[in-house]
Amino acid sequence: MNAKEIIARRVARELKNGDVVNLGIGLPTLIPNFLPSGITIIVQSENGFLGLGPLCDEPNPSLVNAGGEPCGIVAGAAFFDSAMSFALIRGGHVDVSVLGALQVDSLGNLANWMVPGKRVPGMGGAMDLTTGARHVIIAMEHCTKDGSAKILTNCTLPLTCSGKVQTIVTEMALFRINNGLVLEELCPGVSIADVRNCTEADFTVSPNCIATPGELI
Amino acid sequence: MNKCMSLHEVKAVFRDGMTIMCGGFLGVGSPEGLVRELMSNGAKNLTLISNDSAFPDSGIGQLIANKRVTRLIASHIGTNPETGRQMIAKELEVILVPQGTLAERIRCGGAGLGGVLTETGVGTLVEEGKIKLTANSIKYLVELPLRADIALIKAKRADRAGNLVYEKAGRNFNPLMALAADLVIVEVDELVDCGEIDPETVITPGVVIDKIVVSGGY
Repeated sequence: MNAKEIIARRVARELKNGDVVNLGIGLPTLIPNFLPSGITIIVQSENGFLGLGPLCDEPNPSLVNAGGEPCGIVAGAAFFDSAMSFALIRGGHVDVSVLGALQVDSLGNLANWMVPGKRVPGMGGAMDLTTGARHVIIAMEHCTKDGSAKILTNCTLPLTCSGKVQTIVTEMALFRINNGLVLEELCPGVSIADVRNCTEADFTVSPNCIATPGELI
Repeated sequence: MNKCMSLHEVKAVFRDGMTIMCGGFLGVGSPEGLVRELMSNGAKNLTLISNDSAFPDSGIGQLIANKRVTRLIASHIGTNPETGRQMIAKELEVILVPQGTLAERIRCGGAGLGGVLTETGVGTLVEEGKIKLTANSIKYLVELPLRADIALIKAKRADRAGNLVYEKAGRNFNPLMALAADLVIVEVDELVDCGEIDPETVITPGVVIDKIVVSGGY
């Protein structure tokens, strides 16, 4: 299983039956493939519907996910405009938002929308999602492609949100942010020293820190 | 009143320097025919308000690629590399607005509201230059309304009164923009007589629609 699948599988275990979940572009869209049996979620797509599902029939040009990829809907889906979509998001009606990150820090700050002077994709819905969702989970590979740390003491890139991130899941570890960064789980084969080597931010190790159970990998 | 017009007639409404809103999310629910007319009209120095700048070769992305826009207000430009290039080269002013805030600012513009208070953007670059206030111990930004000279929107079906029904994820910003411009033009796949759309299913009431154009002609 590759890093992205390990991360998606672990995030899937954070979701409760019936949760309304918004999944960011890329890695988070893998999460529904790994839901444990008995867990059904309702996926919100910020371009205007609830009940996103896999593409089962021919693609419909009017039905895409928030990344613009053709998708399907499940029975019980609902379409709406962008004001309703973000009323659901900001109004606390979305239980979980799962997003990627360029940087995330021990204060729960997230940076994922611009690298000044280089790449400025824009924030899209990410600022509203991190402000309004009840549980903000960052799902990302632990380091950048060149091996630099992404989990920092303080983000250096422009922020998406201030102090809203609660959980970070990588292919090495799971952290909670609770008055600082707390290591809660290690992937099998990964040591605390390995994590420290790849993490710029200081963190405490939860007294209950466990190896992620094998059935979750 | 006859609201129907041909695509060819649309061309005459565009002027240099106008502010234009355009519906669509990555091109889905975007009025492709109306954008083509705006392209061929040649109007420039436009301010464009749209969720995103789509792709360089489709939708409103072509307006950017052809340097017809001097100011873009959008939430996301990552799918159109030309937008980012022009922004970094300072050929195009881009004002990035969180998507939910953009939706509410347009809604306010059409609903006669002076703005909204939102937590979105607090503690980020988005708060720069904005009025901030604290209510019920929560910090908010004051986000002001957006309006345009013209709104170009897309629906699946209209009746001759302009009542609109949308299609799936093509709805997005269209119903909001339909109230937020001095001239509102809708492009539809299908035009039907009044009475043929169940009033219970109408999403946008026809009184806000000024002109109706059928995709591919009429």
